[in-house]
Amino acid sequence: MIPEIGHYALILALCVAVVQGSLPIYGAAVGNSALMAVAKPAARGQFLLVLLAFCCLGYAFAEKDFSVLYVAATSNSQLPLQYRLAAIWGAHEGSLLLWMFILSIWMVAVSFFSTHLPEAMRARILGVMGLVSVGFLLFMLTVSNPFERLIPAALDGRDLNPLLQDPGMVIHPPMLYMGYVGFSVAFAFAIAALLGGNLDAAWARWSRPWTTVAWCFLTVGVAMGSGWAYYELGWGGWWFWDPVENASFMPWLAGTALMHSLAVTDKRGGFKAWSVLLAIMAFSLSLLGTFLVRSGVLTSVHAFATDPKRGLFILVFLAVVIGGSLVLYAWRAPRVGLGGGFAIISREGMLLANNVLLIAALGSVLLGTLYPLFLDALDLGKISVGPPYFDTVFLPLMTPAIFLMGIGPLAQWKQASLPALAIRLRWAFGVSLVTAVAVPWLMGQWTPLISLGLLLAFWILATILVDLRERLLQAEGGSIGGRVVALPHAYWGMVLAHCGVAVFILGVTMVKGFEVERDVRMNVGETATLGGYSFRFDGTQQVNGPNYVAARGTFHVSRDGHEVTMMYPEKRRYFVQNQTMTEAAISPGLLRDLYVSLGEPIEGGAWSVRLYHKPFIDWIWGGCLVMALGGVLAVSDRRYRLAWRRKEAAVPAATQMARPTVS
Amino acid sequence: MRWLWVLMLLLPSLATAYEAQPLAANPQAEARLKALAVELRCLVCQNQTLADSNAPLAEDLRREVREMIAKDMTDKEIIDFLVSRYGDFVLYRPPWKLTTTLLWVGPFLLLGVGATGLVFALRRRQKKVTDVILSEAEHSRVMKLLSERANRP
Repeated sequence: MIPEIGHYALILALCVAVVQGSLPIYGAAVGNSALMAVAKPAARGQFLLVLLAFCCLGYAFAEKDFSVLYVAATSNSQLPLQYRLAAIWGAHEGSLLLWMFILSIWMVAVSFFSTHLPEAMRARILGVMGLVSVGFLLFMLTVSNPFERLIPAALDGRDLNPLLQDPGMVIHPPMLYMGYVGFSVAFAFAIAALLGGNLDAAWARWSRPWTTVAWCFLTVGVAMGSGWAYYELGWGGWWFWDPVENASFMPWLAGTALMHSLAVTDKRGGFKAWSVLLAIMAFSLSLLGTFLVRSGVLTSVHAFATDPKRGLFILVFLAVVIGGSLVLYAWRAPRVGLGGGFAIISREGMLLANNVLLIAALGSVLLGTLYPLFLDALDLGKISVGPPYFDTVFLPLMTPAIFLMGIGPLAQWKQASLPALAIRLRWAFGVSLVTAVAVPWLMGQWTPLISLGLLLAFWILATILVDLRERLLQAEGGSIGGRVVALPHAYWGMVLAHCGVAVFILGVTMVKGFEVERDVRMNVGETATLGGYSFRFDGTQQVNGPNYVAARGTFHVSRDGHEVTMMYPEKRRYFVQNQTMTEAAISPGLLRDLYVSLGEPIEGGAWSVRLYHKPFIDWIWGGCLVMALGGVLAVSDRRYRLAWRRKEAAVPAATQMARPTVS
Repeated sequence: MRWLWVLMLLLPSLATAYEAQPLAANPQAEARLKALAVELRCLVCQNQTLADSNAPLAEDLRREVREMIAKDMTDKEIIDFLVSRYGDFVLYRPPWKLTTTLLWVGPFLLLGVGATGLVFALRRRQKKVTDVILSEAEHSRVMKLLSERANRP
């Protein structure tokens, strides 16, 4: 009964979505405010219905209702409750429901935080989001229904993939989807502006905070995925250029470009058409990512072809969304004004150049991800595109981007002078160059790549210091504290986010350059030394988990005769799928991680063991977190809060009336 | 407190602790294997390098590569052998061929086209903007509406 209620709620949600996607947009076109007013309650009603469906599926998992096909396929009676609930998004059908649920959360958020927008604009935004949700709900109800029954019911479920039975699974997908789906707001703003023909600086200012918030979620989501792979997969890597990772990275790159382009549109009125294109691109890539990961096309093109219903729906949906918005763009964008003029050497010019670099980097990821699929589909042979390719292509594209990132914030809007910039930045460059060459040399291992990485990180930090010094000297406010407060949050957000990039680069460089690993065969009582730490193996014992049995090793770690920590890596065997999992033991630290992972048992209680010493690896995720915090700080800027507080009435009726005729 | 007991029991053994032996008999050969294996794909895994995989087939393949290293084959000979047996699929760095040209050139082509397009678009834009100083009134109206400074007493 409960699953049927969920199913029914989805059908009702579809009906509401159809209304939300049509009436308000039509109302905005003809200037009928009664029709436009439908958008708000429709968005909220849809949220409640999808929430109901989501709870129904959660209930089916909690109650172990194995007469629901999806529940039987992704959970098991022995699976602990938190993982049964996380199994809601453990496979295709449920993660689409999560997608839909999060889309409805964003819709409600828009309906609450858009009182300051002109009514037509708000109606169009919610209408476009309604259209997106029509697509998703139709997809779920026709070919991918999470509430489908299994009659007769299964005695027990097939269990969640043991890889996914981890706290990371509980939080990572919702975070990632908050980011993915968040770009639908930026997309809806862009389409609404194209429809209304009112693509102006105000549009950019309104859509900026939404874009930034989505970007923050996506940043944290991608970082969490990487961290999860690091500790769960058990072989110590943190990024594999796997198609699934790339699928989340591409919208991030597009979103990063979009944020910066919107900054120009907001401040200087330029790049309007380009910002709109980026918003369309970011959301299209989010859609593509969702479907790449969830359609099975990555495992094999042929597996995809055996169940063509889903594949066809996905392709048609992608074509409608991407094609439709590009057509609209081609039709409307040429009428958009140009905004203020600027020279090629100016902050605008540099931001635009950075955008081009980011998009080229995005193109390389897209190409590397899809190329093997295309070759295979065209029967031109099977190839693998892996880390060696991406490292070769990505690095030369990102290096100039990072370099520009240091200069951009110091360059003047409109027109900057290169010689003046060079004079302002010569110390920053000199200091970072010398440090980057000297540090690895002092650490006893110098390679060009280590120095390059350090140079980029120090360059960012040094240019930020120069910029800060100049701004604080110019700022009003008397004391240093007063001047710090006088600078807007948006500026501090940028500083923080750029620092995050530097921290991230430092982490990557140090790990790639200085990590040490050893594969040893350890008898009980034997010691292995690595990076100044000695690891003594004290044998394994059997441990029983709720749905697995594990061999848990005990490692005694000491340094210079002092005990540092104890580490307990495990080798688990999960009963239901009879799958072995490696649970690495990690001793995290600000300057280094120790990482122990059990290999295979050898005779007489001995094990093959892999040990890693990974300097600065936590800086990789720390850097991402700092970037996201920068985003949060930027969104808290005063002018956005002013915009939220301003009542609808504050927008003069004249502007509202004028809007439809502008186009 | 239990760990203290364990510690005390184990302390004497510290003095006589033996150094664990590396898994591989020959560390130099192992370093070469590692360098090769990070560029090779484990054929039965979802997406994992030969170096990282614990799958039995990966273990077999590593042993074979070890044997080839022991036979003094060069890296190129080893890779050629693997490609002849498994095809290009085994290589994580796709070889430069007619079918992969676009893959390798594409990103830089995109950058080149983007950069040229950018310069041309900006040149054209500069001319246009000087001709039409448009929407200045609208721009200032928006600024007045939104700017906090305008509303500051």
